[in-house]
Amino acid sequence: MHHTHKEIEIATRHTLSVIVDNEAGVLARVIGLFSGRGYNIEHLTVAPVDLRGTESRITVVTIGTPHVIEQIKAQLDRLVPVHRVGDLTESGPHVERELALIKVHCTDDQQQSALRIAEAFRAKIVDSSHDSYIFEVTGKTDKIKAFIKLMENLGLVEAVRTGVAALTRGTKAL
Amino acid sequence: MADKEISGAEIIINSLIDLGVEVIFGYPGGAVLPIYDALFKQDRIRHILVRHEQAAVHAAEGYARSTGKVGVVLVTSGPGATNAVTGLTDAMLDSIPVICLTGQVPVHLIGSDAFQEADTVGITRHCTKHNYLVRDVDKLSGTIHEAFYVATNGRPGPVVVDVPKDIQIFTSENIHSGTIKHRSYRPAVKGDINAIREAVRILAKAERPVFYSGGGVINSGPAAAQLLREMVRLTGAPITSTLMGLGAYPATDKQFLGMLGMHGTYEANHAMHDCDVMVCVGARFDDRVTGRLDAFSPKSKKIHIDIDRSSINKTVRVDVPIVGDVAHVLEDMLKLWKATTLEQGQPSYDDWWARIEQWRARDCLKYHQSDDEIMPQYALERLQALTKDRDVYFTTEVGQHQMWAAQFLKFDQPNRWMTSGGLGTMGYGFPAAIGVQVAHPEALVIDVAGEASIQMNIQELGTAIQYGLPVKIFILNNEYMGMVRQWQELNHGGRYSQSMSSNLPDFVALAQSYGGHGIVVDRPADLDAAITEMIEQDGLVIVDCRVAKLANCFPMVPSGAAHNEMILPEDEEILEAEGGAALV
Repeated sequence: MHHTHKEIEIATRHTLSVIVDNEAGVLARVIGLFSGRGYNIEHLTVAPVDLRGTESRITVVTIGTPHVIEQIKAQLDRLVPVHRVGDLTESGPHVERELALIKVHCTDDQQQSALRIAEAFRAKIVDSSHDSYIFEVTGKTDKIKAFIKLMENLGLVEAVRTGVAALTRGTKAL
Repeated sequence: MADKEISGAEIIINSLIDLGVEVIFGYPGGAVLPIYDALFKQDRIRHILVRHEQAAVHAAEGYARSTGKVGVVLVTSGPGATNAVTGLTDAMLDSIPVICLTGQVPVHLIGSDAFQEADTVGITRHCTKHNYLVRDVDKLSGTIHEAFYVATNGRPGPVVVDVPKDIQIFTSENIHSGTIKHRSYRPAVKGDINAIREAVRILAKAERPVFYSGGGVINSGPAAAQLLREMVRLTGAPITSTLMGLGAYPATDKQFLGMLGMHGTYEANHAMHDCDVMVCVGARFDDRVTGRLDAFSPKSKKIHIDIDRSSINKTVRVDVPIVGDVAHVLEDMLKLWKATTLEQGQPSYDDWWARIEQWRARDCLKYHQSDDEIMPQYALERLQALTKDRDVYFTTEVGQHQMWAAQFLKFDQPNRWMTSGGLGTMGYGFPAAIGVQVAHPEALVIDVAGEASIQMNIQELGTAIQYGLPVKIFILNNEYMGMVRQWQELNHGGRYSQSMSSNLPDFVALAQSYGGHGIVVDRPADLDAAITEMIEQDGLVIVDCRVAKLANCFPMVPSGAAHNEMILPEDEEILEAEGGAALV
């Protein structure tokens, strides 16, 4: 696309943090920007984060070439209710976590395996009946995916994931 | 109700007065009746009643673009708002500051599919810079003030304020005055001085520089145009302009190469292609400007000044990005340039200019005028010649006539040229001309139109006549949607699918039926008299100027071609001789 800079652009995964005014329609603006301009959303989480409830923090995980990622950040920054846009992937080490709830319906011989794997993944049992469990597991996306994958053969009924929450390491805020 | 409390409708009117609004373009309806009632009871703000809401927005755009002020629109809920969407999108793409107040059903009915309910903030989210739904009358005044701040600061654009009917009736004493800034939206106006220094360093070493300026210079204001002129003259470099930027630099100046892009001049596009340093000032590398991206100006270092960071590196990678207001950045650039040339001496571009003069000598806009039919280019040349000493503003519709107008009219001042660039909205020109005429009642305001485009907002004849607006509509009538026909000729084997303008009205009778004056002209010998009659006639005039039907707009960079792969008028003859497709 760009003849003057002939680098081969490879799409990579970026975790963006967007601080926005906590007002009606702000999430629709952000999502609409992604769909309107053809960008990917892999994960999206949003909730108010300051005590007064005036600001929300949106974490978006997206995939794109460096050029596209740069455009996404510039386009987000242009939205009137957006205060700041941070690229955690670019700004250095950061912590990423998501939480999942996984419901399994086990036969007797599956049960021991499910509990053993849950222990290995440090999943908590948050609900149980005589033949089912809901596990709560927290971790990086890969870990969550691996856990769900293992549960597929052990009576997986349904799963829900929160999407990624992320912060940079160290003392500084976004 | 406390003494100081006034209704939401009165708050709206008072806020607009406080913000210096003199004119509203609008159309009433159920959900804005309280606002219209408040308008009725005051005499500070004039209301121009349009015949369709789309026209209200275009009129506001014309008003805004010709004055530098904000254009204000007032429409009702539902169809009032949806009819305004095309105008809002047009203002969004061309960065025109417009405030559009829309009525909404009462708060308790929102979401119930009530009569004339539409999700206006939802629908307009993508075609406005920002929008608001006011659910609390105490926030109404502040929201309107903030809307003006958002519309005018940073890259300008349209802002919708959706006001439910009950909010217009409820009272409040919460009334703001003066500017209210948005609490977090603070676009940078000063450019990074290190980047500007780097730009000047690169420009000082250039052998083949070119300035490429756009609508951002007009939006920044008269100071930006002045600084651009100073900068370009001081460097001695050539300058070209986008469609939106015409007038920022004087068209009659010898350093001006004419418009660039798809229908730009041969010299402008070749200069862009072969330059070694490009200074893009308030333009955005639109696809109609760049042509094929991977062949766009391959040898140049690119400096890009833009107030919108997202415009930088969007399609074309640049070497020196400068985010800031054009006027502020040019001011800093000028100072540094003066200091640099004082030290290193003024660079000479003699060789560069010699090449440019060779390109100019191709005379890419030439056409053959015969005795029996009026060439559209000739009509515009005569229009230019007969209006150049007047206080004149031009608007256009969209298509061939628009490109010819851009090529043949010569704008020496900013804010004199109103056209739909980004969205390419047929039907823009006439209502825009109404807005311009409202702002400049004594000026000569001419809408250069095509016979197809003009029909898209022809109902506004009623508006122009009602308010005594002496707009002149100059129709280049070739009985085709000319640009569609041209593309069908060049790309679709001359199969003119649905591009003929059949069953045209008698434009003279049409003008008369509204109370205006109509002129028809079809012989070159009568053209000057027709134009003169149009200018001298008081009141609204339609000129039905019958022009050569199959004339093509050249030069042309075909879609997907590079700047140096232009089709010139003489190539057309070759094409015709070989294929004969044009004669189908």
